[in-house]
Amino acid sequence: MIVFRYDKTYEGLLTAIFDAYFRKTFPDKLLGTDDIEPMFAEESFTVITQSDKAARVWKSLEKKLSANACNMLTYVWLSEEDGSDELLFQYIRKTVDSKRTIETNFADEVVLKVHKLAMKVSKERLRMIQFVRFQKAADDVFFAPVSPDHNCLPLVIDHFKDRFADQKWILYDTKRDYGFYYDLKTVTEMTLETSARFSEGKLDEALMAEDEKLFQQLWKTYFKSMAIKERINPKLHRQLMPKRYWKYMTEKQ
Amino acid sequence: MNEAILEKLKVLAESAKYDVSCASSGTTRKNIPGGIGNAQGWGICHSFTEDGRCVSLLKIMLTNNCIYDCAYCINRRSNDLQRATFSVSELVELTIEFYRRNYIEGLFLSSGVVRNPDYTMERLVRAIKDLRTVHRFNGYIHMKSIPGASEQLVHEAGLYADRLSVNIEIPTEQNLKLLAPEKDHASVYKPMSFIQQGMLESKEDRRKFRSAPRFAPAGQSTQMIVGATSENDKQILQTSAALYQRPSMKRVYYSGFIPVNSYDNRLPALKQPPLVRENRLYQADWLMRFYEFKVDEIVDDRYPDLDLEIDPKLSWALRHPEVFPVDVNKADYSLILRIPGIGVKSAKLIVMSRRYTKITGSALKKMGVVMKKAQYFITCNELPVHTVHEASPEYVRKVLTEKKFPKSKQTDQQQLSLIFE
Ligand code: SF4
Repeated sequence: MIVFRYDKTYEGLLTAIFDAYFRKTFPDKLLGTDDIEPMFAEESFTVITQSDKAARVWKSLEKKLSANACNMLTYVWLSEEDGSDELLFQYIRKTVDSKRTIETNFADEVVLKVHKLAMKVSKERLRMIQFVRFQKAADDVFFAPVSPDHNCLPLVIDHFKDRFADQKWILYDTKRDYGFYYDLKTVTEMTLETSARFSEGKLDEALMAEDEKLFQQLWKTYFKSMAIKERINPKLHRQLMPKRYWKYMTEKQ
Repeated sequence: MNEAILEKLKVLAESAKYDVSCASSGTTRKNIPGGIGNAQGWGICHSFTEDGRCVSLLKIMLTNNCIYDCAYCINRRSNDLQRATFSVSELVELTIEFYRRNYIEGLFLSSGVVRNPDYTMERLVRAIKDLRTVHRFNGYIHMKSIPGASEQLVHEAGLYADRLSVNIEIPTEQNLKLLAPEKDHASVYKPMSFIQQGMLESKEDRRKFRSAPRFAPAGQSTQMIVGATSENDKQILQTSAALYQRPSMKRVYYSGFIPVNSYDNRLPALKQPPLVRENRLYQADWLMRFYEFKVDEIVDDRYPDLDLEIDPKLSWALRHPEVFPVDVNKADYSLILRIPGIGVKSAKLIVMSRRYTKITGSALKKMGVVMKKAQYFITCNELPVHTVHEASPEYVRKVLTEKKFPKSKQTDQQQLSLIFE
């Protein structure tokens, strides 16, 4: 068994592909730099992440794949699911080795798996767009904590930047402890020092803008009065709006 | 804004909730510099009510006062109920503040009729005009046109709204007259034509001048109440099909009748709204819009009502065994779409993938085909032959309706799961 070690970054993965073709050996397993060596490893190679190598691999992929498929690869990476890096490795290898693009051959297991995983992330991306709830803080910044299963915050920035261009906002992933801040001009990645305070999903009342409580209350009132009692259907409700997102949703708090 | 507005919001949301036609799809609009908001063509649900309906827009009435007395409506004149009226500025602020918090995609504004249709319409138009021009709001706006409103006001509304709707409510004139004596179909169809006219003119103008104003770019929609009157599904769906002939009509909504005025003996006494029927109508509507079905393939004189036990696509397939089995490796896309168990998504995957390899049964399964249903209607080489012909339509029907609905789950499956393959 051939094992590659790399730093578990996207660039690192692309570098690994570059190195594999250069060395003409392909890994059966991808490990993080500090992971424990499996018992049957015959060969272990450590990848040193290099952005120029990664860029070359990405460029050649862009030539061979549609923009859509390239996006899909990024989505799969951000899924953070076990083995998704190995799946990407297989997909990219198939792409490089094949004359024709393989991206619509869904009878191929790897292609279908990539497609499905990308759809999963894309679904959660959509859920962020739907279910993010901003709370207005005293300093006029609109703050929204989230904790998605997949690392999909980077995928929604453009949406919120266009939509809420005239208000300052922060989207914060409390699970991965990082977020994005928009200051009316640009979006920057950031980490909060006091993020532990938002784990309950709510801004501290002392930090809220004057009207914020009222609007939260108004929204809750509205949400309650919209339900038609003759049609209540809790199972369908949870299916459409999974419970794991409720913590951060004003109407469910 | 103050606490007093809480009570108004509650009253006016209660009064608006029975109108189901409020999805936010159909327009894509970028934000403008200094403005707030944009619109996504596919519509975004921001929340779901406990009955499982999408909350995309702030669905609200300007006032629930009304001079009319429609039997099916909670806001009718003769009901003893708390009344409230928003000021334009309250309504505008509420919309903007909800939008900023990402609660909603925009506004769905309707109103009871006060004084006369034009008086009411004018105030509605003022609210949405303020949102667009004073507050530079680019989110979605759906406005309900008041039946009987004048052409000029409908026209102005179209300049600020993404979508306009006029509800038919009751599919036949005769029954509408019975339940809403002050209304008639003409007062509904007339504004519908104004809207269509406005859209076509705007399209024409924009061909000449890029900057000509858009008019209700998301088109119009309407709603029919189902089960309050005696119409069968054939009458309902034919009305829809005729409406879809109009280039401006984007959606017809079906709203299972909820007896809000149970003492009125013109109305049927129902224990529960006819949710299964409503769901079947939506499925039939989908077949017309996305599956290339004609209305008389779905309902006709022999089958004037939709089958409540099975979805309309399966029902069609069982009535037409001669079409099957379909060869998934060869058949046209439109025929593949007609196979029970295969949805739009998997039909597309099949057609794309078969250029590479022969599609096998296990590949179908992985693409999301519901083989339990599809197996009776397809051939793909290595599948054991056990088609609808060998098994007989009656048998297939029996197998597919049997274990699918354990008693406990029945209510959950009844409503609004539009995913039928
Ligand atoms: S006109 Fe509209 S609000 Fe008034 S009673 Fe009839 S349906 Fe209700």
